[in-house]
Amino acid sequence: MKKLAILMVLGVIFTSFVIADEDMSETSKIIRQNPLKVRMPSKSTADHSKHEALQKLFKTGPDVTEACLSCHTEAAQQLMKTKHWTWVCPKKQSKEGKVYIINNFCIALLSNEPRCTSCHAGYGWKDKNFDFDNEKNVDCLVCHEQTGTYVKFPTGAGHPTYVETVFMGKTYYPPDFNKIAQSVGKPTRKNCGACHYYGGGGDGVKHGDMDASLQNSERGLDVHMNLKGENFDCIECHRTLDHKIAGGCSSRLPENDTYKSPMITCESCHTDAPHRTEDTVFANKLNDHTDVVSCQACHIDRFAKEKPTKMFWDWSKAGQKDENGKPFTKKDADGNVIYDSKKGAFIWKKKVMPEYYWWNGDISVTTGTDKIDPSSKVIINKVVGSYADGKSKIHPFKVHRGVQPFDPVNNTLVIPKLFGPKGSGAYWAEFDWNKAVKAGMEYADLPFSGEVGFIETEMYWPQYHMVSPKENALSCEECHSKEGRLAGLNGFFLPSRDKAGIIDILGWFGIAGAFCGVIIHTGMRVRKNKDKKPAKPKKKSSK
Amino acid sequence: MKTERVKLYRRYERFWHWMQALLVITLILTGFEVHGTLALFGFQAAVYIHELAAQILIVLVVFTIFWHFTTGEWKQYKPAPLGELIKVIRYYVFGMFKNESHPHKKTELSKLNPLQRATYLALKIVLFPLQIGSGLLYLYYNEISTPGNGISLKTIATVHIVGAFLLLIFLIVHLYMTTTGRTVFTNLIAMITGYEELPVEAKKK
Repeated sequence: MKKLAILMVLGVIFTSFVIADEDMSETSKIIRQNPLKVRMPSKSTADHSKHEALQKLFKTGPDVTEACLSCHTEAAQQLMKTKHWTWVCPKKQSKEGKVYIINNFCIALLSNEPRCTSCHAGYGWKDKNFDFDNEKNVDCLVCHEQTGTYVKFPTGAGHPTYVETVFMGKTYYPPDFNKIAQSVGKPTRKNCGACHYYGGGGDGVKHGDMDASLQNSERGLDVHMNLKGENFDCIECHRTLDHKIAGGCSSRLPENDTYKSPMITCESCHTDAPHRTEDTVFANKLNDHTDVVSCQACHIDRFAKEKPTKMFWDWSKAGQKDENGKPFTKKDADGNVIYDSKKGAFIWKKKVMPEYYWWNGDISVTTGTDKIDPSSKVIINKVVGSYADGKSKIHPFKVHRGVQPFDPVNNTLVIPKLFGPKGSGAYWAEFDWNKAVKAGMEYADLPFSGEVGFIETEMYWPQYHMVSPKENALSCEECHSKEGRLAGLNGFFLPSRDKAGIIDILGWFGIAGAFCGVIIHTGMRVRKNKDKKPAKPKKKSSK
Repeated sequence: MKTERVKLYRRYERFWHWMQALLVITLILTGFEVHGTLALFGFQAAVYIHELAAQILIVLVVFTIFWHFTTGEWKQYKPAPLGELIKVIRYYVFGMFKNESHPHKKTELSKLNPLQRATYLALKIVLFPLQIGSGLLYLYYNEISTPGNGISLKTIATVHIVGAFLLLIFLIVHLYMTTTGRTVFTNLIAMITGYEELPVEAKKK
């Protein structure tokens, strides 16, 4: 009886240890180490459905904003200072950001605003005359509503539709503003995803590491966003202060950057020595890598893991018509559009291996005013860095390649007007590149020679999301081998990939020499023994 | 010729020799895998085995240095006069094909011939320190250098691979030379059992 009791007690103690250990997830371990970083589930002290300001009849989005601002008096002014509003990167001397940049997806914002600004946190940015100082133009709902029913109309310049409308085969309904406004809360993954999953005009088109599959992420897709695990919302890492959301602008952020929150980098939680000796005998060796290899390089083994992303976009193929003289689209077996008369030809890929480059956090951008070299492909956003600069790390990128219009006389990339009614010059209405580019360049106040050519371009998308669980991190051999992932990356010595040049040749000559010596010596000994054994004839011994 | 069974290699000495042989061969195999020449274990396993073997070797070397001094066996490695050395080289190049006898008479107190003394001494005071030193710099590269500054990993790796080639050349020639004893296996057996049959009058000296 006594024995049994002791056994039971021991059993309970043992199981409690096991349970405690299993319960201690990565985050809770981190939290134990950094008590300041504890995530606290927060419940609002306000029930917005009880607010009088949200009971009245709203006709438009700006009406709702006005009601929000009646209590949240500073919110609009805060948002207006952020890049979700300005679409300009806050870095000094920078012409980066959606306003200035030319990309190799839908090319440029200018002259195409209403089609692009359905992803602006505002209402009514339909042309250059948009009032960036009008607080009522701020869209609170897109980031804060929690019903999941609020949708900005694709060509509405940021407005939802106010009457039932069909667009590209999909019906859009006017929002139930009261229900939506009363639902507001902290932005969830879905709020952010409403725009960021669909960058480039469709699910997964642009980033490679972001698409709607993240909404229901499993462990293998993104270890932090795993619904059954940490289940992070975006703002868990992209911490926010005064509406200023950490991250973005495709940059590794300097220490003092205002957009760098305490949680934005991997190292923020994991430190720069994240591998632990309990987990692997290689912990120290792996930690030795972190000064020159980004976490992402090994822990994002593939991007576009579940849905395909666009890897190639050829605008020069646009404009073909079917037998009836109508524009058409073509899909591959998986349902991806691979040809669209309006846009040209595409290549989509899934489970793509990133390309790797030295990156110090800077990106050098080619805008519409920069001269290009027409004899080579144009790198639209050049990744800056090298091993030797002492600041760079190896980072994984999605490289989106394409063919897009340029001005072969002025040698600049051009801004075509794509979206607009017939008569505006818009390519999607008239299928005439000269008219489209003329309209776009005039609108942007940029010179245009009147000639349109096509040029190959590349765009680099640093990968941050779709972080794999540790067991899927890259093995050493993925890079430490002759034909590994870093085969093309230069300026440093990579064991196993790199040899010692002439030393190797001399070394193997030396080895060969040693063997030759051994063989010759053996041969002479054998001959001597042969000579010796018959031994009797005198002649031979004289040799 | 009368011979006598003489104990040449003591127990620790033999343990040290074979342990070192095993470790050096392991290091050469895994090292050339890390270098990208071989593919036997996979890079990761090769690195692990290489580092482990290196650590064991360092411990072994430390013990063996101690052993050399406490037993006085270090004297076996004192360089012989140059003339003696040349005689031995001459023997291996010409003499042994003319049925000349070995110019060095092996005894307990002088079990290494002048060529062995020179070779092993160079191994002990040049090649091993070079390999262990460059290996440690390689292993602790992060502690001694930052990207773009200080000694480059390529330099360290190059020195280490030069040493590796020299060791491999030594190993080949050494293995061959063991066959040049009285019979092909005399020297090998001596290094295993510790005993060798030596001419009696040599022992008397």
